[in-house]
Amino acid sequence: MVKKEIIALLLAGGQGSRLGVLTKKSAKPAVLFGGKYRIIDFSLSNCANSGIDTVGVLTQYQPLKLNNHIGIGKPWDMDRMHGGVTILSPFMKEDSGEWYKGTANAISQNIDFVNKQAPKYVIILSGDHIYKMNYSDMLAFHRKNNAEATISVINVSYEEASRYGIMSTDEQGRIYEFQEKPENPKSTLASMGVYIFTWEILREYLIRDDQREDSDHDFGKDIIPAMLADGRRMFAYRFNGYWKDVGTIQAYWEANMDLVKRVPEFNLYDPEWKIYTPNPVKPPHYVAPGGSVKTSVVAEGCMIYGNVRNSVLFPGVFVEKDALIENSIVMSNSHIGEGSVLDHCIIGENVRVGKNVRIGFGDDVPNTDKPGIYSSGITVVGEGAEIPDETVMGKNVMIDMYAGAEDFCCKTVPSGASVYKGGECE
Amino acid sequence: MTMMTNTMGLILSGWKKPALKDLSYKRSVSAIPFGGKYRAIDFILSNMVNSGIKNVGVLTQYSSRSLMDHLGSGKEWDLDRRYDGLFIFPPTVSDEESGWYKGSADAMYHNLSFLKRSNEEYVVIAQGNGIFKMQMGDMLQYHIDKNADITLAYRRMYDYTAEELSGLGIIRIDEDSRITDLQEKPLNPQSDLASIGVYMLRRTLLISLIEECIAHGNYDFVKDIMIRKLDRLNIYGYEFRGYWRSISSVRNYYRCSMEVLDPEIREELFIRNGKIYTKVKDEAPAKYNEEAEVTNSIVADGCFIEGTVENSVLFRGVTVAKGAVVRNSIIMQGSVIEPDAVVEYAILDKNVVLTRGKYLKGDTDYPVVVSKNSRV
Repeated sequence: MVKKEIIALLLAGGQGSRLGVLTKKSAKPAVLFGGKYRIIDFSLSNCANSGIDTVGVLTQYQPLKLNNHIGIGKPWDMDRMHGGVTILSPFMKEDSGEWYKGTANAISQNIDFVNKQAPKYVIILSGDHIYKMNYSDMLAFHRKNNAEATISVINVSYEEASRYGIMSTDEQGRIYEFQEKPENPKSTLASMGVYIFTWEILREYLIRDDQREDSDHDFGKDIIPAMLADGRRMFAYRFNGYWKDVGTIQAYWEANMDLVKRVPEFNLYDPEWKIYTPNPVKPPHYVAPGGSVKTSVVAEGCMIYGNVRNSVLFPGVFVEKDALIENSIVMSNSHIGEGSVLDHCIIGENVRVGKNVRIGFGDDVPNTDKPGIYSSGITVVGEGAEIPDETVMGKNVMIDMYAGAEDFCCKTVPSGASVYKGGECE
Repeated sequence: MTMMTNTMGLILSGWKKPALKDLSYKRSVSAIPFGGKYRAIDFILSNMVNSGIKNVGVLTQYSSRSLMDHLGSGKEWDLDRRYDGLFIFPPTVSDEESGWYKGSADAMYHNLSFLKRSNEEYVVIAQGNGIFKMQMGDMLQYHIDKNADITLAYRRMYDYTAEELSGLGIIRIDEDSRITDLQEKPLNPQSDLASIGVYMLRRTLLISLIEECIAHGNYDFVKDIMIRKLDRLNIYGYEFRGYWRSISSVRNYYRCSMEVLDPEIREELFIRNGKIYTKVKDEAPAKYNEEAEVTNSIVADGCFIEGTVENSVLFRGVTVAKGAVVRNSIIMQGSVIEPDAVVEYAILDKNVVLTRGKYLKGDTDYPVVVSKNSRV
């Protein structure tokens, strides 16, 4: 077997709870994005385009969609005789079995997997971000510095800095201080959650960290500080491109809307750096007489008899005549009924919106039940929901997955309200 | 529907169609791009796969390179199998083989070993240039119920003129649907029942018919086997009632492409009773800018639209720039319509550039064809 110089470990177990109903039944990396993709496609395609052909995907929370999506890795050319993509979920050991307790623990429970590949380096990725990055350039940087750990960083504003792990570096880029989500950041170089480690060194720290009772077993909180304290050679690798964490409803919506701009900051059409995903088997989309599409991204299989403005449509969306979709994201195979008007909303997969429905009209008041999640004026309709004809819905409304006509108490759902599957009407 | 696990498929793809002009220059007619992302052969191949056939041979002759590139290992049709799957047979030259196939029966004869070593009971033979959706299991059931030696699928071509009919194989049938007459491209068609080029028969019968045909110095399946055996074998007609076109000229390619804009026809071809599979390209979804005015058109992934598009088919990765107009046209993969250029009633092959401000116009009956990689 040819020895691999570097393999990737992709942390895809996170729930992404701030995405609300979008991640109720799927891990955040499996959430649909950009008219065709799932969030994890960006990291996986980066691997494929960087020449990394061995990837372990660590799953934990609701892995069904993710497993289904990745399959044997064909779209990323990772259906390989040696290496390829391997799903690593928590498993029973001889005397016990346990969930992944943290990002570092997830890797340490899979030390055998990495050892078997015997790579010199490992790159740790998270399947949560939208970006294009050549990991082989980062590896060259790691090698050149004779580093033991290299952390990819991006410059953020001072206000944002306290949400990230912040690095302080010297002129050569060597890290001398690391602050995890600091109140008073000493720099604005934020960790992107992309790390290259020399495997032997990392393994040593993982094993040591695993034995500590007081550890959170987290890269940012435990492993990086421990290595820094030991004076290991750690460097920050500056990344200057587009990088978005789509962890909130607002950020998710914005990143999708970035794609419909005249010249999007993030280019999906670069033939040199394609983003791969399983292709749906659908004919090209069709715009009917009377239909109209402007400033939008539209995938295959859509049938458009109505109007689409500033929106992203995933494969197989049907827009009936006189419907108007504005500033919205409509996921695969949803159906928007005649005369319905949607503004600032996210419609999950296989949703049926009836006739003359209005969504996204009213005062911008945060969601009563989950103000921390739905407060940016965007209404979110969960997968498989059915919205009855003539319903009028406000802003920051949440419609549960598979909520049906029987779950709607009346024709009006005011801003900030929620409709639950099997919920009681007052 | 009867699943056809006991049936193998043979697709005849190679014959040159001069009436396709530049569109079939350097490509087999079966490899002609169609419907925004497909090639003609995708339809018959998907029909076979959707009907449960797992062993398919493609006999190619003329310019088979683009076809072979398209088919690859057959994985898009789920035909990359350990046993059976997809086999492509271009002509070969060896001590016994003389190279080019002289006709359809000759092509089968040269690959008789494929027929002999397969073990399915039935063979369905079809052409690679038909645009249709067919559940072939129903035809097999009919073939068995009729106790037929050979069953030929036909369609009532109510939507064709007499002139168009004379380009097809025209049959006559008796009240029991037994075929009494079959004329290939008759000057004066005696009926509007046309063969759609799909035949079903036992594999062992096919082998003996081909051996007999070649032994007599003949080489064409229709002329030398079907027509000659009408009296001696039970040859039945099976009526196919769906949409069907055979791509054979620029004019009917254009017409058929435009017909696919009809939602009913598209529904039948692409949505109902199984999908149409094709080689995938990893293109991003299409992008529309502010100025886009698109109506009654098919748009594939990877297109970028800032202009006007009416009654047209845009293949993958087509750019329509600001002020450009595409009307009643078919624009193949990767072509660019530059700012303020206008194209009407035209077929632009792959990677054509219509430069800034140019005006190109054909006619419904005589669409302009611009060949691959041209700059106009």
